[in-house]
Amino acid sequence: MSLYMGPWPFGLFFGMTAPTLQETIHLDEAGLVQALQRGDEAVFSAVMDWYAGSLLRLAMAYVPSRAVAEEVVQETWMGVLEGLGRFEGRSSFKTWLFRILTNRAKTRGTRERRYEPLGLAGQDSDGEEGPSLEDSLFVTEGSGKGHWIDPPQGWEPDTPERALLSKECRTAIEEAIQGLPGNQRQVITLRDVEGASSEEICNILDISETNQRVLLHRARTKVRHVLEPYVRGGNM
Amino acid sequence: MDRNFKQQLMAYMAGNFTCKEIAGLVTDYLEGSLTVPKRLRFQMHLGLCFACRNYLSQMKYTVTTLRQLPSEPIPPQIKSELLRRFQAWKKGQSS
Ligand SMILES: [Zn+2]
Repeated sequence: MSLYMGPWPFGLFFGMTAPTLQETIHLDEAGLVQALQRGDEAVFSAVMDWYAGSLLRLAMAYVPSRAVAEEVVQETWMGVLEGLGRFEGRSSFKTWLFRILTNRAKTRGTRERRYEPLGLAGQDSDGEEGPSLEDSLFVTEGSGKGHWIDPPQGWEPDTPERALLSKECRTAIEEAIQGLPGNQRQVITLRDVEGASSEEICNILDISETNQRVLLHRARTKVRHVLEPYVRGGNM
Repeated sequence: MDRNFKQQLMAYMAGNFTCKEIAGLVTDYLEGSLTVPKRLRFQMHLGLCFACRNYLSQMKYTVTTLRQLPSEPIPPQIKSELLRRFQAWKKGQSS
């Protein structure tokens, strides 16, 4: 995917397209569920491998440690085995799987006093107080009101592959995500890190699309801010 | 071009979106959830404002970077334990 936006960017934004699980194991959704229900170990193993990372990351957005997150993931798969026989495909397998995880993770998170309920207290539930990070980037008074205080520069290099070569930068991003309020962390993990669709996310987290975008926007704004020193001024 | 004129033209073309408003709409734009007129006004502003253009590409860069974080592998002992449970589950199903 090219990151270049020409002077008249009328083009659409194209998401990255990676092969899906279905393409990888050559089964459609119904075939996948049937294979699991008949006890096909190879498919179970492939499905576990496929979702392991996403489940672990999402669990870490609810519970305070990796060890607990791993337990939550394990409990999730046990939940899959419990419910598999009755699974009727009213939601997609992926949504069902992730909802099992969020339910277990919430229970664990509440016990570990980390979970912050999503959407219940409205948009302030993420503990955002006072002017946002984004507000601080703009002139607030006078004729320049609404203009950039420090106009954004182009980032070098043009593709992020190289930025990720820096371990320091990767750690900074991981820490930035971990430092986000729980609901923002859950949304950005699913949407950007794991590439779930916004429809899937609304189903998994039980939030509205609007709320999801607000949380995503705040989360991205913060991660962009953290990323900036690594891609600006050749600090790599 | 006269700077004042350019600014006025820009404000007109951009439907008076300020840079701050553009920044606030970046995610809605990238997620494809702006209405058509709003998207056009957004793009008009972008066409005339390099700072916002840079900001948009920084946001896209951020998203792409996030997408490239290495995935967390499942610890092998958990995986083998789960496979064992799956086998047990299968036995329980068929009996
Ligand atoms: Zn602008």
